[in-house]
Amino acid sequence: MALNRKIAYIDLSTGKIEAKPIPLEVRKLYLGGRGLDMYLLYNHTKQGVDPLGPDNVLLVSAGILGGTLASASSRTHIAGKSPLTGFLGSSNMGGFFGPELRFAGFDHLVIKGKAEKPVYLWIHNGEIEIRDASHFWGMTIHDVQKAIRKELGDEDIKLAVIGPAGEHLVRFANVMTGLKDAAGRTGMGALFGSKNLKAIAARGTMSIKIEHPTEALEYDKRFITQITSSKVNQTQGKLGTPFIWGATNSWGGIRTRNFQLNQLEYADDVEPERIDEIAEETMGPYHMAGCFGCQVHCRAKYRIPSGPYAGEYDEGPEYTAQGAFAGEPGCHSANTILVCNHLVDMYGLDVLETGSIISWAMELYEKGILTGKDTDGLDLRFGSDEALMEMIRRITFREGLGDILAEGGLRAAEKIGKDSVKYLIHVKGLSNLHSDERATPALALGIATGSRGADHLRSRPAIDLYHLPEPVLRKVYSSPVPYDGPLSSDHREYIGKPWEVFWQELCYEGVDCLGICKYHTTFLGATLPNFEDWSKVLYYNTGLEMSPLDIWTVAERAYNIERLFNIREGLTRKDDWLPDRYFDESCQLGPVTGAKIDREKFTKMIDEYYEHHGWDENGVPRPETLQRLGIDQEPSHLL
Amino acid sequence: MAKVLMIDYEKCTGCRLCEMVCSVYHEGVVNPELSRIKIVKWEWEGRYVPMACQQCTSAPCMAICPVKAVSRDENLGRVMVDSDLCIGCRMCVAVCPFGGAKFDSANKQIIKCDLCDGDPQCVRFCEVGAIQYVEAEEVTTVKQRAAAEKFSGLLQKVASAIAEVS
Repeated sequence: MALNRKIAYIDLSTGKIEAKPIPLEVRKLYLGGRGLDMYLLYNHTKQGVDPLGPDNVLLVSAGILGGTLASASSRTHIAGKSPLTGFLGSSNMGGFFGPELRFAGFDHLVIKGKAEKPVYLWIHNGEIEIRDASHFWGMTIHDVQKAIRKELGDEDIKLAVIGPAGEHLVRFANVMTGLKDAAGRTGMGALFGSKNLKAIAARGTMSIKIEHPTEALEYDKRFITQITSSKVNQTQGKLGTPFIWGATNSWGGIRTRNFQLNQLEYADDVEPERIDEIAEETMGPYHMAGCFGCQVHCRAKYRIPSGPYAGEYDEGPEYTAQGAFAGEPGCHSANTILVCNHLVDMYGLDVLETGSIISWAMELYEKGILTGKDTDGLDLRFGSDEALMEMIRRITFREGLGDILAEGGLRAAEKIGKDSVKYLIHVKGLSNLHSDERATPALALGIATGSRGADHLRSRPAIDLYHLPEPVLRKVYSSPVPYDGPLSSDHREYIGKPWEVFWQELCYEGVDCLGICKYHTTFLGATLPNFEDWSKVLYYNTGLEMSPLDIWTVAERAYNIERLFNIREGLTRKDDWLPDRYFDESCQLGPVTGAKIDREKFTKMIDEYYEHHGWDENGVPRPETLQRLGIDQEPSHLL
Repeated sequence: MAKVLMIDYEKCTGCRLCEMVCSVYHEGVVNPELSRIKIVKWEWEGRYVPMACQQCTSAPCMAICPVKAVSRDENLGRVMVDSDLCIGCRMCVAVCPFGGAKFDSANKQIIKCDLCDGDPQCVRFCEVGAIQYVEAEEVTTVKQRAAAEKFSGLLQKVASAIAEVS
């Protein structure tokens, strides 16, 4: 059955491997994926553990619905204590790895210790082998996947790998699978590197039994129709996430020049339509690709049109690549976006953090805090495509200023000194998406409070931007838990938004436990499936009976464990806060000109948000909250 | 004339939903190994090709089967294997030029596409239309139209380029 996949404990120091079943009681508490990973993280690390030391734990998992008929059940979750932030490390990727891990018999991997020399894991049909990876060390993301498939003689092997950035312990190195799918955030690639783990290879032919196959098929069909009939997903299926960047840029909701401005002018060449044009020119009319079982197919295939990388194949780019390699560094070339996207895909760097930190350095250079002496003569000015590409390389291989930036923003600011930290746009040490939330308090609250730091995929109430009539908003946000507090259709408002953020947090935690993609839930579209549908999909596929409220409670439980972990690592209320620019400088361009966040109102929002969570005024979960969720005795070491 | 699977690999997004629904429909499990259709991928070039039994009129599997377990169902235009007669010699697997027949080693039987008795699930779930279920004659018409469109489109481009130059 779908619930018989195991958990494996792998000690890379001793080579000991142990596989265990996952008890049904634990499943009911955490489901799988991110939820169970959070439990494992809290239980298998000690306070103050060195993120790059052998005692940090590396967790790799599939969702409980991974590889089943749940539409886009493709996700893989990777967790540990973050080498970048020192708080929660948690990242999620699409592709085909998660389902393959399940076909190979496993749902969760708990990796500890450090191998003496580079190794990779070979997981196949219930077996796990630690194999030598010395000959793969130094290889790019793409090359190592080809090489391991060749070594093991099977083209259908799926891999989660690191590139040179992870090997060099760049604190925002990612873990990738396939061409472009990446668990990018919070530096999980450095965690792989610190354990001398180059890759995890999975291949399996073990059946996942579907408990109610006819119902599962029919429900999946309905689910897919619901998902692909929404306009937003149809646009995603044509232009991918770049369409969001394009739309947001038009009203001034993106960041440029390291958040000095909020709109990229002369953006014709980097608009989504232009990127789509290049994909069509280089790959033909049908140039979109999809993750496992997904009918949204949101990523474009492309070949680089010109320059030294001309003709090279890759996938993406996403919204984030436009922000990282056009908006923030003030560049204006689609070719540059495609080249930089390809570079981070080969080196294994988080696209978001990379673009942010280089743009930050560009502002420091503009302000004279960094000079030509610091950059070894590189003219690190805004708008320089060459400097951008060169810095990606220097960060990966830790050369010169790149070595400092590879340490992440906060550590780099300490080294660079002066008032460099003032210009760093981060929350909890994690850079924010290249969006400007000064005109949208709901979105601003989300990034200030996100459990892994500034991030749009933890709680963003994106539908808040659509000015939906209040009754529609209320319908969405009153299930499965009734909400009769205030709500506002106006995105500029502060009122009622903390509930939206709280609700979205649990919604996204929910999909991350199930292993489904966020485009298949209430993220970009108000009519997409959530708790109600998940309850049915879960039952038809696995036989597990969980009400919508049960799933909501699982999400709440997991989110509180994330909070407990962060608090144990030193997080306080002041970490749920925004960089000063949000409050002190207003938007300069577009229809949102003049907008900024009001400190006092924002403080009240945080209070209200804590209240919804059942946390005290310092953001600490109240004893009765932990008791209600059954986590007052953690760590309980059930697994 | 019966309907056939028409595959337009250029439209395939490589998501492999067809593999999932095929194995669930036939076996009640998700297992790409038990799917009668497979997406063969050249991932590093972005090329994905759905492969399944072609339901040949003059089927090599039928010709070679030593116990006559393979027969043609003219009604649905498909080639079927009678598992009661099948001795598991895998000769059909060996001679099939498309990899259309597969030996399921767990259940010790030959599995292959049976067009889901006239309602192919792969077609039903493939929203991009990379796999369609159409009358056999129609395939040629569709192909001719696509080729003509491409060809005439190119001619038009050339003509307008010439017009621009002159």
